Amino acid sequence: MPERRPTRSLPETLRTLRALRTPADPGFWRSPVRGARFTAVLGVVLLVGLTLLFVTGLLSYAAYNPDLNPVNDKTPGKGWLGFYLFSWPTGPHWLYRLTQGLHVTVGIVLVPVLLAKLWSVIPRLFALPPARSVGHALERLSLLLLIGGALFQFVTGLLNIQLDYLFPGSFYTLHFYGAWVFLAGFVTHTVLKTPQAVRVLRQGIPRGEGGTRRGESGTPRGESGPPRRGTDTLAAPDPLPATLSRRGALAMVGAGSLLLLITSAGRSFDGPLRRIALLTPRGGTDPGPGPNAFQVNKTASAVRITPADTGENWRLTVRGPAGELRFSRAELLAMEQHSAELPIACVEGWSTSDQRWRGVRLADLAALAGYPDRPPGVFVESLQRGGSFRKAALRDNQVRDGRSLLALEVNGAPLSPDHGYPARIIVPAAPGVLNTKWVETLTFGEL
Amino acid sequence: MSTRAVPPPSIPPRRSRFSPRRRYGEGPLHLVLLVATFCLAGYAGVRLLDGDTVGVLLWFAGSAVLHDLVLLPVYAGADRALRAALGPRTALVNFVRVPAFLSGLLLLIWFPLIARRTERRYEAAAGTTPDVYFGNWLLITGVLFALSALWLLVRALRSRTGRRSETKVRPSAPH
Repeated sequence: MPERRPTRSLPETLRTLRALRTPADPGFWRSPVRGARFTAVLGVVLLVGLTLLFVTGLLSYAAYNPDLNPVNDKTPGKGWLGFYLFSWPTGPHWLYRLTQGLHVTVGIVLVPVLLAKLWSVIPRLFALPPARSVGHALERLSLLLLIGGALFQFVTGLLNIQLDYLFPGSFYTLHFYGAWVFLAGFVTHTVLKTPQAVRVLRQGIPRGEGGTRRGESGTPRGESGPPRRGTDTLAAPDPLPATLSRRGALAMVGAGSLLLLITSAGRSFDGPLRRIALLTPRGGTDPGPGPNAFQVNKTASAVRITPADTGENWRLTVRGPAGELRFSRAELLAMEQHSAELPIACVEGWSTSDQRWRGVRLADLAALAGYPDRPPGVFVESLQRGGSFRKAALRDNQVRDGRSLLALEVNGAPLSPDHGYPARIIVPAAPGVLNTKWVETLTFGEL
Repeated sequence: MSTRAVPPPSIPPRRSRFSPRRRYGEGPLHLVLLVATFCLAGYAGVRLLDGDTVGVLLWFAGSAVLHDLVLLPVYAGADRALRAALGPRTALVNFVRVPAFLSGLLLLIWFPLIARRTERRYEAAAGTTPDVYFGNWLLITGVLFALSALWLLVRALRSRTGRRSETKVRPSAPH
């Protein structure tokens, strides 16, 4: 058939203009993958995953024993947000390694799920009118807390573990208070949307007006789609031909999570598993061979520890009711030595396998300081000249645990400078930074 | 259940045009929840904003804006460009889309590490170098695309053998 070049009449031009869709027009969004079921599946995964992140995050704060002493607390203005704090236990000895490893690794693995969830609901951002009622306006405002909060938490967390401190303030402050702002939006969204998600997963596509009239409070009635038809308001009304099924899209998101898991999870173990973790901070390699070849949180040179500081003239000062005592490293080695197999577990989510530490029990040092039984907590000071957690406080339950040591050796060799030579603290289940290195002073007593 | 089995429409109770519920538009639980939300968010928010108030506000709202108006349009646009480039060969889309998505995801998450933005700080902390990660990212990306190509090759070979056996049955089929 011969082609005829069309001359445009005015009505035709108007029709073309009308066909130019804006993001506010549901027809603008044409992916055949979007739909209530797709969103509901991702939503349920995030409900479980983000709850885990929040709980393990709160546990991490508790693990610092922030209410024990100001030096342990990076958010002293927390007020009621610290209502749940408790004495952090010393067992099982891998407790912090587990909770913080989960916090960071699950956070990394959830990134593709979060991105997919946001992608699946993006048409709602542009929906007009922006608010149907006061209630709807408030709900949309709470979504800013949810989405802004989630992205803020993921971005600050991911930057922090890569040591890229771009964010405007202390990581501890931003991530702790940011978590609570996020939680406010998260709980509300969960309460309002879970009934819908469950219905979609159980019965398929939402039933529009008729399905939600039965007085389930808070459930938006029929959203903005055409009424009466059992419509899926998240699905594109005018979809493009599918190049990927919804199941395929979920599989792609899952593959992203799996890839992140494989390339990250090994950072919580020494040896071959760490070598699999090819793309993650502290992944890939262990630092060199030998008994001290396990991950270091901060090197001696980074905090300006010199050989002169830790040489023959180094003395440990122990204070308590018995007065001020001073010990050389040789004198400490002459005391009763004990062993403990404990990991180093960092707030950044990486950890080492158990290392065999050897040294003097903190409880024995407390006895010398004047507390022969039921020792109190201890205030620990390091030689290090810079960096946070130069000083740290340990609670009485941590001092009393027989595995809590002032370690002098590890894996059968003297501590290396980077692992805290001449002496370091090692306490079961405590966050890495509370295991003070290059110890100078121990003050036993009320903190 | 048939979609035609619509229950008889129940008559909603008559409400005054100016009832609070009508103006609010949602149920009482909704209101209580949202008030609680903003109370908690306010309580934590004043603490979050204590310090670099403008900076934190920018980061908080900016992360949502950057995601919604930059990141999402960029990757959606990349996907559209890929589909346009492949034209009618739509069966090939996922062989590029999936490895590109996975590689891009790794780059997005680990950009500071891959770009060695914190090389000195990392070395000071860990005592090891982050130099390896750029190479590792390239390696993973290469493996992903290689796996995709291998899969495509296997599929092509399989369909060709399938077609050949078909032509044996019908040798006169026009080409």
